[in-house]
Amino acid sequence: MMNRRQLLKTGLAGSALLLAAGFLARPEPDTPDALGMQGLDTRFLHAADRNLLAAIAPIMLGLSLDVAQLKALLLGVDRAISGLPLMLQGEVRQLLDLLGNRWGRRYLAGVKTPWASASASELHAFLEGWRQSRFTLLRSGYQALHGLINAAWYANPASFAALSYRVPAQGRVLQ
Amino acid sequence: MTSPLKDPIKEGLARGWQVYDGALLTQDLQLDCDVAIVGSGAGGGISAEVLAQAGLKVLLIEEGALKSSTDFRLLESEAYPQLYQESANRQTLDKGVTILQGRTVGGSTTVNWTSSFRPPIETLAWWRDKHGLSELSEEEMLPWIAKAEARVNIGEWLAPPNPNNSVLEKGCSALGYSHGRIRRNVRDCWNLGYCGMGCPTNAKQSMLVTTIPSALDKGAGLLARVRVERLLFSADNKQVDALEGLALKDDTLSPSGVKVRVKARHVLLCGGAIGTPALLLRSGAPDPHEVLGKRTFLHPVVLSGAIMPEQIEPWSGAPQTVYSNHFLHTWPIDGQLGYKLEVPPIHPVLLSTTLTGFGLDHARLMQAMPHLNVMLALTRDGFHPDSPGGTVKLKKDGSPALDYPITDPLWQAFRQAWHSMAELQFAGGAQSVLTVHENAKPASSLAEARAQIDSLPLEILRARVVSAHVMGGAAMSADASRGVVNHWGEHWQLGNVSVIDGSLFPTSIGANPQLSVYAFALRNASRLASRLARA
Repeated sequence: MMNRRQLLKTGLAGSALLLAAGFLARPEPDTPDALGMQGLDTRFLHAADRNLLAAIAPIMLGLSLDVAQLKALLLGVDRAISGLPLMLQGEVRQLLDLLGNRWGRRYLAGVKTPWASASASELHAFLEGWRQSRFTLLRSGYQALHGLINAAWYANPASFAALSYRVPAQGRVLQ
Repeated sequence: MTSPLKDPIKEGLARGWQVYDGALLTQDLQLDCDVAIVGSGAGGGISAEVLAQAGLKVLLIEEGALKSSTDFRLLESEAYPQLYQESANRQTLDKGVTILQGRTVGGSTTVNWTSSFRPPIETLAWWRDKHGLSELSEEEMLPWIAKAEARVNIGEWLAPPNPNNSVLEKGCSALGYSHGRIRRNVRDCWNLGYCGMGCPTNAKQSMLVTTIPSALDKGAGLLARVRVERLLFSADNKQVDALEGLALKDDTLSPSGVKVRVKARHVLLCGGAIGTPALLLRSGAPDPHEVLGKRTFLHPVVLSGAIMPEQIEPWSGAPQTVYSNHFLHTWPIDGQLGYKLEVPPIHPVLLSTTLTGFGLDHARLMQAMPHLNVMLALTRDGFHPDSPGGTVKLKKDGSPALDYPITDPLWQAFRQAWHSMAELQFAGGAQSVLTVHENAKPASSLAEARAQIDSLPLEILRARVVSAHVMGGAAMSADASRGVVNHWGEHWQLGNVSVIDGSLFPTSIGANPQLSVYAFALRNASRLASRLARA
């Protein structure tokens, strides 16, 4: 049984936000593919998701990424989500829909301009705000973005050189 | 390049093993056997061999895919989605704890870090004294432990610890904390450090390369990529008549629509402490005392990072070779929660997703990876009266959810453990220490680290809490009112069902659990084999 404190902390906040998500998801999304991410063959990610993730990823990773690197990253995120159980994929869909529409972006993420034109400091403030939010739901949203973007980037062997990471010589014959 | 080494699974398949891949099934399948084993990890793997040796017709059913050494290419990008539950991102209901658990033929034994500890004597004593399991004496368990050790070649690891492990050893020596070397279940190990991605050289003596091939050679069958949906009960609700499974598509996620029905004289549940209670719950198994799925334990783990002055390449070499039980023996077993100290292997995906923070701070730490040491503290849950563990529930689609609220004694242990790890890392030569918590920053002295740790808010999704050990939820008990099974793992209400996996444990075990699961599996499967042979 959930006690009252937990209900207030997760249940109420959670259901209120999910209701809001459904309501907010109605307005048109921002103009998609503003960052040159068009034509990417993703299974899970829509244009609006790609737009959002392409804006956030360099801030999350602390790296400047060119278009080719961003595309590789988005394909990695797409693969990572597609490998999750279907229920979890549904949760990621809710999160991306929430952030992908202009009301969610404006009022929950606090980002005034469309994702593609948001400034680095605005994006940073959004991530920091959710990371340190008093609401567990927003913190879990941040952690989901953190996990997906980092997993996608650092799963890619192209990221290894910057870490001086490589499989030991005797292991390479097994690859 | 393909591996120059032999692949015992590919060879066995070529010899004609009876193996079905759910993803390749095009029509419904009906199978009969003496014993159906749900789950092919530590419990299921050991049991399969024991029962097949006894001449019984065994069928292993595994939700994950059959992957083997030539598939293991030392890549996190392939290993996590293919070999782990929920792409290594299984989480508790409130997302407070991330759980690493295998989901492949061999279960977690295929991807574990080879750490082998005997069941702690103080845990067995606690089970005898407080849970009434008087049969579980040291004399009773020791022969099974020894037999398990021999079966999977558990022995001393003679190579020196890698530098990541050495930090723990040096720190303990400097501070006078007891510590030791970890025994491992390997044979001709190359000391590569990629155990968590599946052993590419078949050195790790997991179920995948030991008991499962042996059982298959003796005529056992294996169904991979089949998820057992439910057990079908007899009219009087005292027996399982059949199991219903769903074949999974190539993605190992979604059912293809093909159904599998298995009739068995006896059913062994070996799906781990989340999967086993969930299957019983999903099936509506009798649970008159409402204990099923309760008291599920995780050994919740907190972490501390350190920058070392020299390059230590923490991804290279046997991942876990040094431990300290100092803080398991500092307080009474049911007092302040104790913790076991170890180090984890460090690879880019695991590190980047586990490290807190983002942006430049995170990128700088990632680039410092060759200098990084990470220490972990594994807390011993289930002994303190306010550490009741979690509860396995079902999501809308019937998949398991573990509700594991982190209670106050755990938070206190986490804070204490962060202190211990910072102290050990500085004593081991660290330049700076970073508690893995969203509100922590790298500290360049122990005093600075301690001041930070004392002020960290104790909240989920700020503190990074992980787990690699699932236990409990279908516990052994002295009488039917307190647990799901007796000390042989036999279900109190269902005459032909046994549980043989970590679900049996009435508390956490207090050490990396593989050897404990092997020992109980040998003992209980041997008993079952003689019971079924007589019948």
